[in-house]
Amino acid sequence: SDSPGGFEINLDHRKLKTPQAKLFTVPSEALAIAVATEWDSQKDTIKFYTMHLTTLCNTALDNPTQRNKTQLIRAAVKFLETDTVCYRVEEPPALAELQKNEWDPLVTWAEKRYNVTIGSSTSILGPNIPASTKETFVSHLASYNMWALQGIEFVITQLKSLILSMSLIDRHITVEKAVLLSRLEEEYQIQRWGNVEWAHDYDLCELRARTAAGTLFVHLCSESSTVKHKLLQD
Amino acid sequence: MAALGAPLRTLRALLRELRHAAGRSYRDSPAYRHVLAAFRAHRVTSEKLCRAQQELHFQAATYLCLLRSVRQHEALHREYHGRGERSPQEVAGLVGFRLPQQPGGKG
Repeated sequence: SDSPGGFEINLDHRKLKTPQAKLFTVPSEALAIAVATEWDSQKDTIKFYTMHLTTLCNTALDNPTQRNKTQLIRAAVKFLETDTVCYRVEEPPALAELQKNEWDPLVTWAEKRYNVTIGSSTSILGPNIPASTKETFVSHLASYNMWALQGIEFVITQLKSLILSMSLIDRHITVEKAVLLSRLEEEYQIQRWGNVEWAHDYDLCELRARTAAGTLFVHLCSESSTVKHKLLQD
Repeated sequence: MAALGAPLRTLRALLRELRHAAGRSYRDSPAYRHVLAAFRAHRVTSEKLCRAQQELHFQAATYLCLLRSVRQHEALHREYHGRGERSPQEVAGLVGFRLPQQPGGKG
């Protein structure tokens, strides 16, 4: 239902609240509908571990880690120092080759798109990221509102990569592709040694679900035409 | 822009996932109506897909991935991780015993 501050969710005539008992209000109608759909999908028991959009909204509303915008951005950009797609192996050669073929294009894309130097490294210390590169990403992320930033930081922690996350947010690759690239070594091992459904597919589906939720969350909170700006105070 | 395939295919798959999620009255669900309305509003009228249409398609593909992955994850969870331990009654039953009845409860 629509209200001046945003959209609310009603569960059997009672207003949904966050874990910290705040009124559950979201800035975008599409997001509210998607959250309502998560609740409608629950059958006998409420399986909160499947309700990723609801969880993201709760995090945005309650901010349990008490981080402000600057801190969130700093946490996000810090990931670049250990970015999955920049952190390369030398052994075995087949995996090193696979990383080069699959990850180099992403690094190149990010460097071109943001006009920065990133590179990659086989050193245990990871790549040496110039300060100017970090500053560029800091100011780019500052253009997002607090809700979208929570989503971006979430996607980065899931994929373990700022580059893959930005690539996804910028719609350069799909969620499935981003997850595949994030799990490149796992996929390589699975191809060599075989798939174990109850572990591999389980992890794969969970990562896809979380990444998809985070990405959708960012996009729905960033649309200027449908978003209620009053709620997204920075 | 990501390689997404045909928008119609994404739409059909997304609507199918919403059917799974919503149950019998899926056609009346807010999500179903919202998705259909959005696709109709952005119908391709010219040869080139405009930016808004591409953004909508990407969003739809992302939402489809979310619904599909959640369903698959839940199915795997039920299959492999849901069963839990057997109760004492079940364990006794495995070897043909029954647990003694203790009307006053345990001593």
